[in-house]
Amino acid sequence: MTVESQVQPERFVEDSRRALTNPLLQRALSIATVKATSARYEAVTHVGVANWEQLRERAHTIKKHTIENLDFYLEQFAANVERHGGKVHWANTAADACKYVVELAQRRGIGEIVKSKSMMTEEIGLNEALEHAGINPVETDLGEYIVQLANERPSHINMPAIHKTRSDVADLFAEKLGVERTEEIPEMTALARRILRARFAEAQMGVTGVNYAVADTGTIVLVENEGNIRLTTSLPRIHVAIMGIEKVVPSLRDVGVFMQLLSRSASGQKMCSYVSFLTGARSSTNDEAPDEFHVVLVDNGRVEMLADEQLRESLYCIRCGACLNVCPVYRKIGGHAYGWVYPGPIGAVLTPQMIGLERATSQPFASSLCGACGDVCPVKIKLPDMLLHLRQRIKENGHAKAENGHLLERLSFRLWAMAMRSPRRYRVIARLGRIVQGVTGLRVPQWSNTRDLPPLARRSFREQWRQRPH
Amino acid sequence: MKVSLFITCIVDQFYPEVGLAMSNLLTRLGVEISFNSEQTCCGQPAFNTGYGREARSVAEQMLKVFASELESVDYVVAPSGSCVTMVKKYYPELFADDAELKTQSEFVGSRLYELSQFLVDVLAVEDVGAAFQGRVTYHDSCHLLRELGLSRPPRKLINAVKGVEFVELDDADVCCGFGGTFSVKHPEISSAIAAEKIACIERSKADAVVACDSSCLMQMGGMLSRKGSAVRTLHLAELLAGQDMNNQDLK
Repeated sequence: MTVESQVQPERFVEDSRRALTNPLLQRALSIATVKATSARYEAVTHVGVANWEQLRERAHTIKKHTIENLDFYLEQFAANVERHGGKVHWANTAADACKYVVELAQRRGIGEIVKSKSMMTEEIGLNEALEHAGINPVETDLGEYIVQLANERPSHINMPAIHKTRSDVADLFAEKLGVERTEEIPEMTALARRILRARFAEAQMGVTGVNYAVADTGTIVLVENEGNIRLTTSLPRIHVAIMGIEKVVPSLRDVGVFMQLLSRSASGQKMCSYVSFLTGARSSTNDEAPDEFHVVLVDNGRVEMLADEQLRESLYCIRCGACLNVCPVYRKIGGHAYGWVYPGPIGAVLTPQMIGLERATSQPFASSLCGACGDVCPVKIKLPDMLLHLRQRIKENGHAKAENGHLLERLSFRLWAMAMRSPRRYRVIARLGRIVQGVTGLRVPQWSNTRDLPPLARRSFREQWRQRPH
Repeated sequence: MKVSLFITCIVDQFYPEVGLAMSNLLTRLGVEISFNSEQTCCGQPAFNTGYGREARSVAEQMLKVFASELESVDYVVAPSGSCVTMVKKYYPELFADDAELKTQSEFVGSRLYELSQFLVDVLAVEDVGAAFQGRVTYHDSCHLLRELGLSRPPRKLINAVKGVEFVELDDADVCCGFGGTFSVKHPEISSAIAAEKIACIERSKADAVVACDSSCLMQMGGMLSRKGSAVRTLHLAELLAGQDMNNQDLK
């Protein structure tokens, strides 16, 4: 699916533990997520809760309709892209998508490309594929540029370097760019801008993702705050846009609904600073477009997800990151612990589906099912219910067989059910529990390492009820 | 008005005083209460851990008990948002394959109330004649808030208690980190989340933190007591049952 070396969802338990003991990470996460959630809350309040709920419902309906008619809209989109001089490549796998981009660059004699932040390019492992072929990918989003310099992966869908403090970045720039160390943000930003401007000026190819692919016009829509997408898509003579097949929407009017939801959900902004509507390649009627415009439509497991009635809604995601920001688990462990490209609640739902249930058995369980994610999702994906479905599949299809303690857990719940099904057995178990408690004490080390456990009451409610004056 | 008590397994075994408080409170308000001792557990622990089959077998027993109770009572009341959610939201799903059981679960769900909602929406009462001397704060339990939509009823009830100085908790609606088996499957994360909640509680300078779910109270109480904190945890039922301004009738 993606470059194997970077896929480690099996290490969730160790990685999450390590994240918890990192005070700098804890602080960085706290600052960023609190800021994002407060800003989102203010933006929603400003819109008005009733209006906001209407928008969410509308967005959900558009997604539902589109996803359920995906073949129609994809074909319409592809036809319109081609009508405007663009080229469409249908990629079944991540490797296939990378191959197309690499071979295109090679055929055109391109040695360096500029790219904008795109979770899809992370998903398919594009940078590694390009580097392997001797082509240099330059990240132009500041957060992505930072993680690229640090040779790390992004740890958030929108704020790739959320795990890095200002001091971390100052150290990084001083080390990798050979400059005098400064912690002044305007200075650090100006430095990155100078370097990236030079790369933009020379690059022959720009690679982006896609926020929305409009079927009835063949237009792709991209949103950003930094302006690097404007430069990536207008300076180089070739633009390659890579998108998951679920990104298509029927019409421009539908885009309007999502635009009202996306930035507010992500960062509390009414709208991103730059919104690009890009259609086709250069032509007599469109002299601002690049010479070549390519769209790579990526499956990479999405068609299977489409067929899955219980989990299909996870394809509605517009990658706003709101679920991450509000998740009490993400706020504590950050993005890297999830082990793959997508972290947080949406990551816990996508990773098992795309990487394999047997490789991501921890992620769906690493949630208290608080439901905050479902509450903030702009397209009303029932994330908590999906986590429950995944848990059931993991337990009942034997995916967790390899996990320590799984057999014991399964046996415990079988016995528990036997006891709970029968009031008589329930009373017997309750009495046994008190005997054990009296002799050795009831120990649950996983609980008692950090919290006191109350004892079983000497007399249960039902025993005391019997003695109650009626 | 006749009510059958759905006491919940955690209250039955760990916090019987909550059940007794709820009983005393409802009786004081003129409700005729009954308790069917054939009840055990709603099945949520198994359901949330992915053991749907085991959960269903246990849920069937509960359904039988309360369907039978509702032949002679008007409502079923429980001191828990999460157990009520399990029945109302998930039982129809669990029994989707059996038309009769599905209908029965929808019926039971329609007559099942969490305590604060029962008091405010059914009995239409906010001042239950309770008294408590002290500064009190409130934690929104996740299922109660997000699945049952109940944020105001508990606050109305707490504010009406004579002697209470109510203070809103920072991040009251953020999870306490219990999450059932999550608390022992991922104990470090669960505890880290709880630590944030405890910090908010301490900042509020409350004498007591109140919640409508004993699971949250077990998590918060467990952390507070490990810290040697003097802050006490109280179930809403206990606060509302108390009538002594010296708080002597609370354990």
